Amino acid sequence: MAAYALTSDKQLLADKCLLHRRHIVKMVHCASSGHMGGSLSAVELATTLYYSFLKGDPANPKWDGRDYVVWSKGHASPLAYSILADLGYFPKAELATFRKLGTRLQGHVDRLKVPGIDASTGPLGQGISIALGMALATRLDKTPNHVWAITGDGEHQEGQMWEAIMAAGFHKTDNLTVILDYNKKQLSGPVENIVDIAPIADKYRAFNWNVIEINGHDIVQIIDAYKKALAFKGKPTVVIADTIKGKGVPIFEQEISGFHGAPPCDADYEKAMAGLGPAKWPDFF
Amino acid sequence: MILMAGPSKGTGIATRDAYGEVLAELGSENPDIVVLDADLSTSTKTAVFGKKFPDRFFDMGIAEQNMIGVAAGMSFAGKIPFASSFAMFATGRPWEQVRNIVCHNQANVKIVATHAGITVGEDGASHQALEDIAIMRAIPKMRVIHPADGPSTKKIIRAVASDVGPVYVRLSRPKFPVIYDDSYEFKMGKGTVLLDGKDCAIIAVGYEVAEALKAAETLKAEGIDVAVIDMACIKPLDDARVESMARKCGAIVTAEEHNILGGLGGAVAECTGSKYPVPVVRVGTKDTFGESGDIPSLLEKYGLTSRHIAEAVKAAIKMKK
Repeated sequence: MAAYALTSDKQLLADKCLLHRRHIVKMVHCASSGHMGGSLSAVELATTLYYSFLKGDPANPKWDGRDYVVWSKGHASPLAYSILADLGYFPKAELATFRKLGTRLQGHVDRLKVPGIDASTGPLGQGISIALGMALATRLDKTPNHVWAITGDGEHQEGQMWEAIMAAGFHKTDNLTVILDYNKKQLSGPVENIVDIAPIADKYRAFNWNVIEINGHDIVQIIDAYKKALAFKGKPTVVIADTIKGKGVPIFEQEISGFHGAPPCDADYEKAMAGLGPAKWPDFF
Repeated sequence: MILMAGPSKGTGIATRDAYGEVLAELGSENPDIVVLDADLSTSTKTAVFGKKFPDRFFDMGIAEQNMIGVAAGMSFAGKIPFASSFAMFATGRPWEQVRNIVCHNQANVKIVATHAGITVGEDGASHQALEDIAIMRAIPKMRVIHPADGPSTKKIIRAVASDVGPVYVRLSRPKFPVIYDDSYEFKMGKGTVLLDGKDCAIIAVGYEVAEALKAAETLKAEGIDVAVIDMACIKPLDDARVESMARKCGAIVTAEEHNILGGLGGAVAECTGSKYPVPVVRVGTKDTFGESGDIPSLLEKYGLTSRHIAEAVKAAIKMKK
C-alpha cells in the first residue's frame, strides 16, 4: 500500500482551495440544495489536512494504515467530495450528481457509498464520539493512525459533544485531533445570539485538552497547528480555527446565517463564480 | 433440543449472568472483542470481562450517547464492540445514535442490554423498558434477539459475536428457568418449536417462554393442544414458521414482557396479516408503564402469567372461523 503524495507548497494549496470553493458553489447550485456556508469556511482547514498531512490511499480507501477523518459537520459534504474527487477516490465528473437520486454523493457523507469517507455523519454532535472510538481502538493496537474530526461550532451545543470531549480528555487520546471550524454562525443566525459556546478554548482546557487557536484561513498557521497537534503527547488536541462562514464570496459572508443551507439563486451564483475567478485547473463538471 | 426442567419461578440462571460468563470466554478466543459499559458493569455483568481484560474494557461513564458513538468508531477501526447498559438507557437514551451512527453506518456493534421488561421489579416504571423491542425493531438493518434462558443466551452471544452488523440483544435481571441444554443452536431469523400442537400456537420470547410452557401443560389437561415456539429472534422474524403455525393452528397467542404495541405481538400480527390472517391475541403490557413491586406480583398485575396466556389461548380459539 502506498499513501498518496503530500505537499506543503502553499501556493499549490491556495490554488486547490480556490478550485474547491468553485466546486462547492457549483455543486450546491446544480443540486438546488446543500450547505455552502459551512463548506466554504472549512476549505483551508480541510484542504491543508488532506493535501499536507493525511495518510491515505485512493486505490485502497480501507487501507488499515490510513489516518481517519470524521466529518462531524457532515453537511460540509460538497467540500469533502470535491477534495476526495481531486485526490482520486472517485471520478471527478461524479460531482455533478451531488444530491440527485441514485448518487453516491448523498446530502450528508455516507461511508458505505463514498470511497474515502470513514463515517456516515450529518446528525450534529456525533463525530467526536466516533473519532474517539477510532482513537481508542488504534491505540489499543499500537498503530500510528491519527484520527481527525472536523467539527462545527453550533454542534458544540449538543450534549453528546461534551460527553465525548470529557471522555477523550480523560482517556488522554493524543492520537485524536479535533478541528473546530469556528465560523460563528448557525442555521438560525449568530451562535452568540442563540446559545453561545464561548469561551470555547477555556471549556476544552477545562476538559483536559491541548488547545491551539489560529486563523482558519491562513495556510501557514494551519500547517503549524497540525504539526503541533501531531507532536503533542498526553492530551487530545483541539485546533480552534477562527473562520468566516461563506468565506470567499462576499454576498454569502454577509448573510445572517452565512448561507447555511440554501442554494444560491442564478444571479447570486453567477456573481459568486465571477468573484471567485478561475482556478488553476478547469472545474470538474 | 432437550427440555432440561419444567418452568419454575425463581430458580435457574439470569440471562445477564450467562452473558457475563460467555463474554469473558469470547474475550479469550477473539482479541478483537472490546466491551463498553455505562457505569452499570456490575449489574450488566460486563465487569466479568472487564476484570479479565482491563485493556479491552471501557467504562464510558453515565453517557450512553457517547458510548454508542465510541463503539461504532471502534468497529470502523476493526474491533468487535459489545456495548451494554440497562435496556432503557441502551436503547431509549441513544436511540438516534443507534439509528444514525450504528445502523445507518451498518456498524458492527452489538448492543446487549440487561434489565429489560417488567421483571426489573422494585426499581419501577422509569427503569422497566417495555418499548425497546419496538423502537429497535423499527430501525433498518437492526436485528433484535430476546433469549429465553441462560444456556440459549450463551449460544446467542456467541452467534452474534461472529456475525457482522448491528444487533440488539435483550436480557433480563432475575433468574429464569432453564429451558435448554447445551445442544441449543441459534440461527438468525429462526424460531424454535418447543412443543407441537394443533389448536393454537403460542409464540413467546424471554421469560414468557417458560410461562407459555406452563400454560401448555394446564391447557393439555383441559384437552387443548397448543404449540409453543420460542421466537428469540424477533427480527428478522421467522415468517415461514409464523405462517406455517397460522395455517396449522388457525390461531396464535404471543407472549412478551413488553408493550403489546410494536413488539413481538406487533411483528407476528404484521406477518400473519399479510401472509395468512388468523386471530392473534397478544399477551404483554397493555400500553402502560410499569411500577415498583416484587416480580410475581408484577407479572400477575400486568397480565403476564401462564394463566393469562392460557386465557388468551381460549380467547384466540373462540375467534377462529
